[in-house]
Amino acid sequence: MPSATLLGQALISGVLAGGMYGLLALGLSLSWGLLRLVNLSHFALAFLAAYLTYELGTTYHVAPWWAAAMIVPVMFLIGIAQHWLFDKFKVNELASLLITFSFAVILEVAIQLYWTADYRRFETHYSTMSIKAGPFYIPVLELALCMVAGVLAWGTWLWLRKTYVGKALRAAAEDADIAAAYGVDHKKLAYLLSGMGAAYAAIAGTFIALIATLAPTQIWAWLGVVFAVVIIGRLGNPLGALLAGMLIGASESIAMAVFEPAWAPVVSFSVLIAILLWDPEWL
Amino acid sequence: MNDRMGAWRRRHVLGGFIGLAALGAPAILRAAPSGQPVKVGGTLSLTGFLAQTAVIHKIAAEIMIEDINSRNGFLGRPVEYVLLDDQSKPDVARSLYEKLITVDKVDLIMGPYATAPILAAMGVAQRYGKVMIQSSMGIPNLQTYDMAFPATPFGPEPDKTYPNVILDAMASLPTPPKSMVIVTSKFPSAQFMAKGMRIEAEKRGVKVPLYLEYEAGNRDFGAIAARVKEANADFLWVGSLGLESNQLLEALRKLDYTPKTSFHLYPAPGPLALSPDGNLVWCSTFLEPDEPFMSRPGMKKIAELYKERATKANLPYAIIDAQAAGMVAAWQILEAGVNGAKTLEDKQIAAWLKKNVVTTVYGPTKFDGLYNHGEPAQLIRQVQDKQWKVVWPKQFVAPGVKLIPT
Repeated sequence: MPSATLLGQALISGVLAGGMYGLLALGLSLSWGLLRLVNLSHFALAFLAAYLTYELGTTYHVAPWWAAAMIVPVMFLIGIAQHWLFDKFKVNELASLLITFSFAVILEVAIQLYWTADYRRFETHYSTMSIKAGPFYIPVLELALCMVAGVLAWGTWLWLRKTYVGKALRAAAEDADIAAAYGVDHKKLAYLLSGMGAAYAAIAGTFIALIATLAPTQIWAWLGVVFAVVIIGRLGNPLGALLAGMLIGASESIAMAVFEPAWAPVVSFSVLIAILLWDPEWL
Repeated sequence: MNDRMGAWRRRHVLGGFIGLAALGAPAILRAAPSGQPVKVGGTLSLTGFLAQTAVIHKIAAEIMIEDINSRNGFLGRPVEYVLLDDQSKPDVARSLYEKLITVDKVDLIMGPYATAPILAAMGVAQRYGKVMIQSSMGIPNLQTYDMAFPATPFGPEPDKTYPNVILDAMASLPTPPKSMVIVTSKFPSAQFMAKGMRIEAEKRGVKVPLYLEYEAGNRDFGAIAARVKEANADFLWVGSLGLESNQLLEALRKLDYTPKTSFHLYPAPGPLALSPDGNLVWCSTFLEPDEPFMSRPGMKKIAELYKERATKANLPYAIIDAQAAGMVAAWQILEAGVNGAKTLEDKQIAAWLKKNVVTTVYGPTKFDGLYNHGEPAQLIRQVQDKQWKVVWPKQFVAPGVKLIPT
């Protein structure tokens, strides 16, 4: 039987890892829930941002937060440009899967051409720093990631509920024609939301560069679990995405501590199936 | 008798001078290969999850083809490598080898990279009776085709022999470890070695209080690190691939824990050597750019060319090691087989290889054992001052280098 310290440490580790799932799920959830576009290129954009952070950090010695300050606006514009294409070609929900998958593949090849297929690791002196709390250790970077994810998720949730733009977006997602009758310009708002999704991908990418291993094929490593997180957290619900991410992360980590680590990938989908069978009202 | 000996000596001295002159002569004075190229078809995982290592094999293959063509090619004809991308997918590798043999009509084939694509290609090679040399199949007992030859000296049973090399090195330490935690990827060749390590360790009285398997591509090592820390064994054996070792060691450091001594099976060599967590860790190898390996024929030139090409290709670790050397050895074996058998006929090349010893960058290589393997030569290297040094067995250790206890 694992000790309480081991279980506690695994829980901390899992919740913090879940912060990354939640952060990656945030943009995807908004795009899928409010624009009805399943944007698979979200993962590729996050990795492009991660590689740019790595490049700026290792070649030009730019601190990650300054790198993020440069990359996030660029990604916002890329998100807008991407939506212009969706709009021009009247891409629907199903077609968006195929088209954004193609975008992701193109980006993967482009990343491999420039950075090669070899593993890249952005070593920083703070990458292994931890805070000691009793018998537990809390990794500083993962904690920062969770705090950023929390601020973004909470801020976006408030923005969607309390501001005119947010309410208009939600109304348009419910029924675009009725919303338009009330003067909501859904198309313009969609550009804003698409840009925001890409900007969130860039923020996730900055943390990926600091925490994870970079290899072009890693783009696909997060896809399954983040999809489960988006569905469990409910489409278009930023707080739900973060909480679902933490739930999945904690479940995986506890499974690794108690059973075999190889069981971890089964956990996210088992939780998803269990929740779909339960069919709670909030889903 | 003296006259005969004198004649013998004269012939050899004369032969030696001619040989030296030939080696020293500029390439232009030597007979360049001519005529229709000998097409050698093969695939590598240039994209997909194995692409990190396949690019190393590609560079090594290109160097070797230039090297072979700068001599006499194959039977006086230039060699052309018809290289296709199997996308790290065994089913694609299978189709491409079928295409190479039936559509492109290649004369010979060269094996792909990694166990799964090799197994897929081996089936095709067997169907068409082609000799296949491969450099990276970590589970030798799966190589059941009698015309498939390994270029890398794993030996027929590395799951039994290599753990004992590690256990011998452990036993040589001032305080030999008495317990071992084994953490391994479920990637087949890593899992195969981990199971062997567990059995051999227990046979030799080393306790294994914790044995963990994780999925290849595992994202979070936090919980695994917590379990390793709690087990607190004398030795940590990691069946890792790529950067998994770095990830696990970082996760351990976040818990303020450094394993006493750790071994890593197939990590990305550069990142682990350069990592602050990598100091004095052990790892498997077959060759490093150091003595006695650099004294092997052609090795210095190959190592220099590799460094130049890998740097140009923007690889973060541009130093030749066992991965690239495997491909070099594969081409050396094919060259020896073709020129030795004096034919492009696969059956005759295979027969020649089984009867002869081929000198490769790995030293004299034989194929007369189980699964066409010769003697195992898997070694241990250690990170010392951010460089890999072979530290075990002692006969492969460079002068002035030794296994440093932690």
